[in-house]
Amino acid sequence: MAKELWKGNEAVAEAAIKAGCRFFFGYPITPQNEIPEYMSLRLPQVGGCFLQAESEVAAINMVYGAAGAGARVMTSSSSPGISLKQEGITYIAAAELPCVIVNMVRGGPGLGGIQPAQSDYFQATKGGGHGDYRIVVLAPDSIQEAANLVQEAFDIADQYRNPVMILGDGMIGQMMEPVEFTEVKKRQLPEKTWATTGLRGRKEHNVVNSLFIDPAVCEKHNQKLFAKYAEIEKNEIKVEEYNLEGAEIVFAAYGTVARIVKNAIKALENEGIKAGLIRPITLWPFPKANFYKAAEMPNVKAFLSVEMSMGQMVEDVEISVKGKKPVYFYGRTGGMVPTPKAIVEEAKKILGGAK
Amino acid sequence: MKEDKRIRIITGHYGSGKTEFAVNYTFNLARQGYKTAIVDLDIVNPYFRSREIETEFEEKGIRIIFSSIRGLSGDVPALSSEIYTVLEDKSYQTVIDVGGDKAGATALGRYYDKIDKDDYDMFFVLNANRPLTADRESAIRYLKSIEEGSRQKVTALVNNTHLCGETKIEDIIKGQELCLQVSEEMGLPIKYTVVHKSLINYLPDNIYGQILPIDIYMKKPWEM
Repeated sequence: MAKELWKGNEAVAEAAIKAGCRFFFGYPITPQNEIPEYMSLRLPQVGGCFLQAESEVAAINMVYGAAGAGARVMTSSSSPGISLKQEGITYIAAAELPCVIVNMVRGGPGLGGIQPAQSDYFQATKGGGHGDYRIVVLAPDSIQEAANLVQEAFDIADQYRNPVMILGDGMIGQMMEPVEFTEVKKRQLPEKTWATTGLRGRKEHNVVNSLFIDPAVCEKHNQKLFAKYAEIEKNEIKVEEYNLEGAEIVFAAYGTVARIVKNAIKALENEGIKAGLIRPITLWPFPKANFYKAAEMPNVKAFLSVEMSMGQMVEDVEISVKGKKPVYFYGRTGGMVPTPKAIVEEAKKILGGAK
Repeated sequence: MKEDKRIRIITGHYGSGKTEFAVNYTFNLARQGYKTAIVDLDIVNPYFRSREIETEFEEKGIRIIFSSIRGLSGDVPALSSEIYTVLEDKSYQTVIDVGGDKAGATALGRYYDKIDKDDYDMFFVLNANRPLTADRESAIRYLKSIEEGSRQKVTALVNNTHLCGETKIEDIIKGQELCLQVSEEMGLPIKYTVVHKSLINYLPDNIYGQILPIDIYMKKPWEM
């Protein structure tokens, strides 16, 4: 198939259709509105169901219901709307149901603004709702990668019976890029024998539940979840390493910021400074080992996490590096985007100090 | 460009590159010495709107008008009363950049009685690489929905078939074929073919309409 020009939000929606998603429940918010708009057009064409819910809370609970019945289902929103969905997300995680949630992040806190941001990293990766749980978080840096990751997200969700989140900054939703939809390698997936679709000759009902009144039973359920999370951590880490060989400074950046950092790396190279980048593609599970390995490289003097936030992923970088090398942070927030020039300055300041 | 009517309304699907066309077109007008104004009527796209390069317009002496509420990232479809000035004052050459769908075109419909039929051209910018307007039927459906929303008739087509930085001559030719099909059915001329300056020497001879070589102004942060 030839390349076409896609807007990020549309590509995310089309990728979901291609992955077999037939149910979408959502509520509008900028900058992700083209996702529900596109789904409202496409889902009826493929025999699916699009429903604009009365609120984000309603939408995520519709997702809960459809997921419980074994359907491929998605919802999307942006930061304030994702906050509203958190109760539903923790219920879905607890009930071990697969679904895909898209967050096209905008500036916060509160209503914030509509320009791109990465300040929902904590919310996405540390469990935005209550209780001990994890969701898989995928952070594309281009529309092409978004199109691929969305398709894989449905497989990951089904394989582990767990919510998967696509975390894109608003830029990923709003910009246009060439995309080629290719067959994404399908995984061998277990049959959904747990789905609540009627007895079908079985003796016992399947039950969707997240209530565990007996503390011993509840603890056991937590342990079961965490055994599953350990499995995900072992199997599902995605990361890009860029220019690490001989790097004096290693950047940590994800999403579109990683592309700005790559420009800064070229600019540094022109000034004779070698810099590299570790770009986590899965924010959870976090590629801790890649950072630790880089920290052990003798040429690496320091790490610099660049984010569109006040400093969130930097904490995971620190945890991963385990104090072996100093970890610094540079960020812009509230919808402001870091420039390559400012990143170069920051790196030079750090290296000057480290010498 | 001189032959176009005083008010140039630029429409098209979002992603057709209509804003890039509008910006380059406006700069060209100003370069030719005209008293020029651009109206950013885009109330549907929150990012990559012509108002983002406000200073570039002002430096070139172009009057730029957008929301009555200042600030780039307003999510409020508030239109400025200044728009009347450049519609009514015939000393202005006016370019109107309209939002990329029927809802966006509705903002233009509000000025229906202020735009004289003999005083405007409405261009429909087509990009054959945009999946929602990639064939004759869907492109015409889209064109008609924009006419409906704006309560104005398209007067000419613009072939702006591109793939961002990966555009090849074949893309432009493919777009021309689509434009010809739409042209035939709708009885509309192809008035411009847009091409990035870097490709200008590779264009074949059989290009329809005037060739508008463009620079890219709406850049992504890693393209700066």
